[in-house]
Amino acid sequence: MTANDASGEPTRRDFLYIATGMAGVVGAATAVWPFIDQMAPDASTLAASSIEVNVASLEPGMSLTVKWRGKPVFIRNRTDKEIEEAKAVALDDLKDPLARNANLQAGAEATDIDRSAGEGNENWLVMIGVCTHLGCIPLGQAGDFGGWFCPCHGSHYDTAGRIRKGPAPENMAVPLFSFTSDTVIKIG
Amino acid sequence: MSGDHSTYNPTTGFGKWMDSRLPLMRLTHDSFVSYPVPRNLNYAYTFGAILSMMLVVQLLTGIVLAMHYAASTGIAFNSVEHIMRDVNFGWLLRYMHANGASFFFVAVYLHIARGMYYGSYKAPREVLWILGVVILLLMMATAFMGYVLPWGQMSFWGATVITGFFTAFPGIGETIQQFLLGGFAVDNATLNRFYSLHYLLPFMIAGVVVLHVWALHVTGQTNPTGIEIKSKTDTVQFTPYATIKDGLATSVFLLVFCWFVFYMPNFLGHADNYIQANSLKTPAHIVPEWYFLPFYAILRAITFSIGPIDSKLGGVLAMFGSIAVLFLLPWLDTSKVRSAVYRPWYKLFFWLFVANAIFLGWLGAKPAEGTYTTLAQISTLFYFAFFLVILPVLGLIETPRRLPNSITEAVLAKRSGSGGSKPAAAAASPETRG
Repeated sequence: MTANDASGEPTRRDFLYIATGMAGVVGAATAVWPFIDQMAPDASTLAASSIEVNVASLEPGMSLTVKWRGKPVFIRNRTDKEIEEAKAVALDDLKDPLARNANLQAGAEATDIDRSAGEGNENWLVMIGVCTHLGCIPLGQAGDFGGWFCPCHGSHYDTAGRIRKGPAPENMAVPLFSFTSDTVIKIG
Repeated sequence: MSGDHSTYNPTTGFGKWMDSRLPLMRLTHDSFVSYPVPRNLNYAYTFGAILSMMLVVQLLTGIVLAMHYAASTGIAFNSVEHIMRDVNFGWLLRYMHANGASFFFVAVYLHIARGMYYGSYKAPREVLWILGVVILLLMMATAFMGYVLPWGQMSFWGATVITGFFTAFPGIGETIQQFLLGGFAVDNATLNRFYSLHYLLPFMIAGVVVLHVWALHVTGQTNPTGIEIKSKTDTVQFTPYATIKDGLATSVFLLVFCWFVFYMPNFLGHADNYIQANSLKTPAHIVPEWYFLPFYAILRAITFSIGPIDSKLGGVLAMFGSIAVLFLLPWLDTSKVRSAVYRPWYKLFFWLFVANAIFLGWLGAKPAEGTYTTLAQISTLFYFAFFLVILPVLGLIETPRRLPNSITEAVLAKRSGSGGSKPAAAAASPETRG
């Protein structure tokens, strides 16, 4: 329409049309962005947080649930029997073979030692108490494997928090944590 | 459909003055008074009117409830109790709103079933059908977010589970979920945005309803025979015929609604939602509202991995797919005949589909274990097979019964059939052949 009929070359007017259109698109996209970005977690939610938990009172077989980043974290002092049961499981029997332990490398295998607080602290299991299926909180010491059972959609976890049966795809996540003393755990 | 066949005649001076400036009365008259509807519409065709009324009920009760409700995790639960105990007629308005959501879904499922039985989705009404599915999706989103607002245990954990769906998508899932929640878990940011959207979406529904009715008035209504309108004798005027029929059906529907509101207002709810939300304790049984149960059963039925798709993603895809497949229905049904009345095999499978959908709903309320899971898997298989296998194949192999030549002929044949004396041809007046 606006092309130079004689040469068939685009005219200066063509250029102006396209340039104006593009500026309009970019302008609209820029204006829309704040409306989208406000949906994301805000600064107060994102503020890095870590908590310290005193676990001195936890005898073997006792658990504690603490809230971290709006989610429950299970801290369990496991009994010898529970540790034995978890160790006896062959890795091939696991639905998710990865440790999902933020303290280890991503590829670590889901052995009992790599799920627990590690050498010397094998009785301690610290994990985010959120079912990896759809985010419910599993019930402790329940289910077919004596670990955790999610009442929402029937996922069974064993005594090392590994998914064994049901729709959940992954083992419950182990957050970044460390023992700051013999009895205090720092999460995050 | 206004304009070409308009019979509107403004009589007053103001009416004429207005008609030449903004013909709003003409549009209303042509759409809801003189609009021709098939003469054989039965009560299955009254749910459109019932749904329109329910939308108004929900909007009105919702707007006034919003005047007393506070969307903040600290006081939301108590503000709902405040509505129930302190606000004048607050109990009535809230029970109307809560049960209204359920009855909205009762009506919409019957409306959809009617559309499926009589083949209302077939050409040229594909866009009309698709707009209906869009309304269904908007209704589901609205109902889900509304259920979160009382901030009870089911509110909180329902929101957790449903936003958890999005974590199933590999890579971006977690980000999407945090984007929806405005945090790492359901919290104040979530409650506030759900409140805002719960207020917005019904007006979007109203907008799509306008398009839905517009599309309906372009193609005209279907009818139990599935035959298009051929002559004037096939139709009656919208008012009074359809208006009065819709009015009676609406009244009966409201009677049942009132029975629930006044005598069993919590029957369809869940007792756990009268416990304030607790982010550290999941209820023993999380069940969604009844109208989501069939889809919930489909979600839970996928307990196995299919290739690279793990069971979680598979369940979510199956659940979304169970709605998405509705969009394709006009093209999956290969039969040229609309109405199940003339399709013996389709009629059988339609009722099996209905029974199966109800069965899925029952399974959705059961714990996800043992036989229930197996049954849910079989039911889910049938749900998808109905759309993806049975419907396409049935259209090719089924021999439909003979169709009447016109709506008029069908109506008169039925009438003489029950009377038993006059043959159809004799009963039909000559002008019906026009």
